[in-house]
Amino acid sequence: MGVEGIGARALRKEDKRFITGKGKYTDDKVLPRMTYAAFVRSPHAHAKITNIDASAALEMPGVEAVLTGHELVADGIGNLICGWMVHSKDGSPMNMGAWRALESEIVRHTGQAVAVVIADTQELARDAADAVNVDYEELPAIVSASAALLDGAPQLHPEAPNNLIFDWEIGDEASTDAAFASASHVTRMEIENNRLVPNPMEPRAAVADYDVAEEHYTLYTTSQNPHVARLVLSAFYNVAPEHKLRVIAPDVGGGFGSKIFIYPEEIVALWASKRVGRPVKWVSDRTEAFLTDAHGRDHKTVAELALDANNKITGFRVKTVANLGAYMSLFSSSVPTYLYATLLSGQYDIPAIHANVKAVYTNTTPVDAYRGAGRPEATFVVERIIETAAREVGMSPVDFRRQNFVRSFPHQTPVIMCYDAGDHDATLDAALKAIDYDGFPARKSEAASRGKLRGMGLSCYIEACGIAPSAAVGSLGAGVGLWESAEVRVNPVGTIEVLTGSHSHGQGHETTFAQLVSERFGVGTETVAIVHGDTDKVQFGMGTYGSRSGAVGMSAIVKALDKVEAKAKRIAAHLMEASEGDIQIEGGVLKVAGTDKKLSFSEIALAAYTAHNLPEGMEPGLKEGAFYDPTNFTFPSGTYACEVEVDPDTGKTEIVNFVAADDFGKIINPMIVEGQVHGGLTQGIGQALLENAAYDENGQLLSASYMDYAMPRADDVPSYQLLTTETLCPGNPLGMKGCGEAGAIGSPPAVINAITDAINNNDLAMPATAERVWRASRGALPQAAE
Amino acid sequence: MTKVAMTLNGKKVTADVEDRTLLVHYIREAQGLTGTHVGCDTSQCGACVVHVNGRAVKSCTMLAAQASNAEVLTVEGLANGAELHPVQAAFREHHGLQCGFCTPGMIMTAVDMIQRHGGNLDEKTIRHELEGNICRCTGYHNIVKAIKAAADQMSALQTAAE
Amino acid sequence: MYETNYHRASSVEEAGKLFTGSEDAKYLGGGQTLIPTMKQRLAAPVDLVDLGGIDDLKGIAEDSGALRIGAGTTHYDVATSDVVKRLIPGLAHLAACIGDPAVRHMGTMGGSIANNDPAADYPSALVALGATVTTSTRELSAEEFFTGMFETALEEDEIVIAVSFPVPEKSAYSKYPNPASRYAMAGVFVAKTKDGSVRVAATGAGQDGVFRIAAMEQALAETWSADAVAGISVDAGDLLSDIHGTAEYRANLVTVMAKRAVAAAG
Repeated sequence: MGVEGIGARALRKEDKRFITGKGKYTDDKVLPRMTYAAFVRSPHAHAKITNIDASAALEMPGVEAVLTGHELVADGIGNLICGWMVHSKDGSPMNMGAWRALESEIVRHTGQAVAVVIADTQELARDAADAVNVDYEELPAIVSASAALLDGAPQLHPEAPNNLIFDWEIGDEASTDAAFASASHVTRMEIENNRLVPNPMEPRAAVADYDVAEEHYTLYTTSQNPHVARLVLSAFYNVAPEHKLRVIAPDVGGGFGSKIFIYPEEIVALWASKRVGRPVKWVSDRTEAFLTDAHGRDHKTVAELALDANNKITGFRVKTVANLGAYMSLFSSSVPTYLYATLLSGQYDIPAIHANVKAVYTNTTPVDAYRGAGRPEATFVVERIIETAAREVGMSPVDFRRQNFVRSFPHQTPVIMCYDAGDHDATLDAALKAIDYDGFPARKSEAASRGKLRGMGLSCYIEACGIAPSAAVGSLGAGVGLWESAEVRVNPVGTIEVLTGSHSHGQGHETTFAQLVSERFGVGTETVAIVHGDTDKVQFGMGTYGSRSGAVGMSAIVKALDKVEAKAKRIAAHLMEASEGDIQIEGGVLKVAGTDKKLSFSEIALAAYTAHNLPEGMEPGLKEGAFYDPTNFTFPSGTYACEVEVDPDTGKTEIVNFVAADDFGKIINPMIVEGQVHGGLTQGIGQALLENAAYDENGQLLSASYMDYAMPRADDVPSYQLLTTETLCPGNPLGMKGCGEAGAIGSPPAVINAITDAINNNDLAMPATAERVWRASRGALPQAAE
Repeated sequence: MTKVAMTLNGKKVTADVEDRTLLVHYIREAQGLTGTHVGCDTSQCGACVVHVNGRAVKSCTMLAAQASNAEVLTVEGLANGAELHPVQAAFREHHGLQCGFCTPGMIMTAVDMIQRHGGNLDEKTIRHELEGNICRCTGYHNIVKAIKAAADQMSALQTAAE
Repeated sequence: MYETNYHRASSVEEAGKLFTGSEDAKYLGGGQTLIPTMKQRLAAPVDLVDLGGIDDLKGIAEDSGALRIGAGTTHYDVATSDVVKRLIPGLAHLAACIGDPAVRHMGTMGGSIANNDPAADYPSALVALGATVTTSTRELSAEEFFTGMFETALEEDEIVIAVSFPVPEKSAYSKYPNPASRYAMAGVFVAKTKDGSVRVAATGAGQDGVFRIAAMEQALAETWSADAVAGISVDAGDLLSDIHGTAEYRANLVTVMAKRAVAAAG
């Protein structure tokens, strides 16, 4: 390994355990006397529970307990809550319905938990769960958000009349209306953003252990943010006070947002472990994951774009209905509002924007943040209507975009965001060159000679991540601050532990974060350990989501490293009788500039701990902590170019070339960044072509397993061409912007723009399944490009 | 309950398990080897792939009893002591994993694929052969690269040895 | 999965005895359908009789103008068999299209046809090739064997021993997979026998499982070319419709797959 600093393609430190089968995931945890939980779930989307009869189940072998919502409420366990307050445009607070971890009166989505069986083995628990008899009185269900708003629709929560959670707006309606009144062209589209299921490959799991002597709980769980989990479990769900609850998120097998939230199962596992006096393990199977992991997206939007006579955009009007499912998940309210509508300016200079968002309850699984969270929805609306407007006015999509790009920074949009840096022409140029945009007509003709319809689609995305300035999000309703913490502990022998509140569930923090230390002190990454995911080890942290671990998490580490460096230099200066300003750090050695005097980093560390000879008044030790609160969001941006071939006989789309040109600011480990983009692109292509959480009218999830939910496989996607350009983010010490979500944000419109170009029909919804493309392309005979 | 004996990663093992015990649970729970994972319940994700008598199979779709007296190889048995199998090394070298959850199944599938195809593995074949393994993190790009590199390396080694 | 009692039979006779001695038994072939069904608690046999240890059920042999494949032969062995590739390459290709590599290593021909999933691949080959199914008690033509969706002519305790395929002049299979399950949305097997007759069988699309397409058979008997079937559609009214494809789309796929199969057969 050795010294691997910023910019090095360092191989991952964490890989060895994963490739040898030695990863430590929650389901791998086995505790003495452990029991297993199996949930009894509603087969109905909307029903009144009239009776729960557990008598037969309680008689079955190995059964410790059958628990219901009645016991849960009696024990004072609190309702699940949404932690971000959004107000309607009339000033009223959002209408949040009650959500119990175990429901005992009315179930509101298929798969909702109504009871739990605790038994000696997983199979015995499931056997007994099958034997719990629940009587339901079915109620009419509603799955479409638009229909749920209509008079006479089934009502989910008494707190939310007409199923309306909030009716929110952003931007200036009057100036937007004025722009449309004087427009020379208006492009109008109805756009749907399909509902997705996140599907990290590791299903959620929890192992809860109550220590009766200490009155202390330990929870091992699949979390992206164990500290937030502890805070919520403690402050809102009343499971235990924070100092009596330790949350450990060990190796976590992917999250993509779905493991941010606290779910009923973790609450119940903790509570049940005290009730039965034994550890309780719950492991979701994939079907449960489909029914209970928070879903993503599910918007229906009407968008209108106003152009003046020169095809300059003058106004943008957006009306969106967001389906939040049966309950408000932890951050659900922020996704279709502050993470969505604030990005509706895209990469463009749009003087007037107005957006209205209605969030709605339906009898479906709750919806919350999924990779990109609001920004893919915004990007899809913006990049579909931009492409469509260009086609309508007969301009090249490239020229139309260029004509409207934001080119001076900082740029204040009409929807809160202030873009701090970027160069949209640079990523567009890079993408066009890499995909050989000019050679496309020849390739289209060649494809036509083979009977294939070839198309080209672009998407110029911008997103906001590095989430987020605490005061800013506080003013917008967030219940928590979104800073990050770090602690750098130099041991007496000179090895270094970095404790971080970020959490790695695939992102490679053990490597990238170590590279920061390696860069700073010139020590090998093998002497650095990254510690995360345990509330007993790391004081506090906000976790990993919103592409924040680089821009926010690493900035906190940089701040702590600054302090360690300053103290190490003071010690070195003192020991070598030099002035602090003359101390330089190089290759693990602290030198006095212009002399041959030097001490190794480990000698300084030892001196700090022996404390035999420290500067006057200095405390022993070499350990520093820092909290970093960003001053702005960061704004990664880029251009994605997608080239497809459609088989007109079957409608099957093949992506024959995909170029992603991204500006992520400073990149620490290009290999890891590329991996993030590959994965994001594939999820975005999955949304565009394959994935859809389909419900029938009774609220049954039709795509509740991999038999019916089409996950992208290796043969559905191409190898990608990735490029990066760099404008540094001025808001954080390293100039980083974040890269975790860009691929999923930018790719869906590129794919749909390409297919609609290929089939010469702009009316195509996601997922663009083979049948939809076949229907939309009927009559589109392969022809040479004009 | 049935006594199920097999050779697991070269060692003879035995355990009393319920007849309904799946091979994956026998491996994970009765034998404590937790590298083999369960990612779905419809035999599609491939996180549970192990080799039984030299062939890749889904250990979630086989009873432990069906593997009675068989030779079973899991990801834990792949390395030769501290020396990684070339496929393991290639996954690391080419960043063919992120969260690591699908990785054991991917690696066992890749080893089987290379055994069957030798050095004749092109990208299209690799992608097709990965039909039974789902990864949500990597977008497959680097997995494909890793398998291709390992196949090339293993076939070069074999050629050199001949 | 509900608890069950596992038995491994070493002969067809022993398997039958174990089966009839149980109040509620199921035969276990490769298990690639039955085990997932049991895991979902949709099947709960008291006894499972594993046929995997019966050597007589395995093997591929050329037998006086026919290809005989033991019911316990895996999809992988069919797909990679030199004999199959030489005599009926379309069948080898079909076997290579089933499931994924790990499933093909376990799944067997007997298990697949005994289940008769309407989206399974093998039924189309058996019907199009005019295969004969040998069971523990009798011989059945493929069309007698497959009686409807998930339905066969098999008696409860009857075991499929082997399938015998007359070697055709040419044949091919073309499949459009479901993007999620990778089962057939439409799979068409075309075969031209040595006496010039033609059979076309489609799987994945029909409400009652595999079916023959007479109009295509006639057209191909006259002119063996992809164009000959391009204008022939099956009645969408008899086809499956679900979230992956409407009946109308499946009807289109049947025609397209038929064209491609004919082209592939050469």
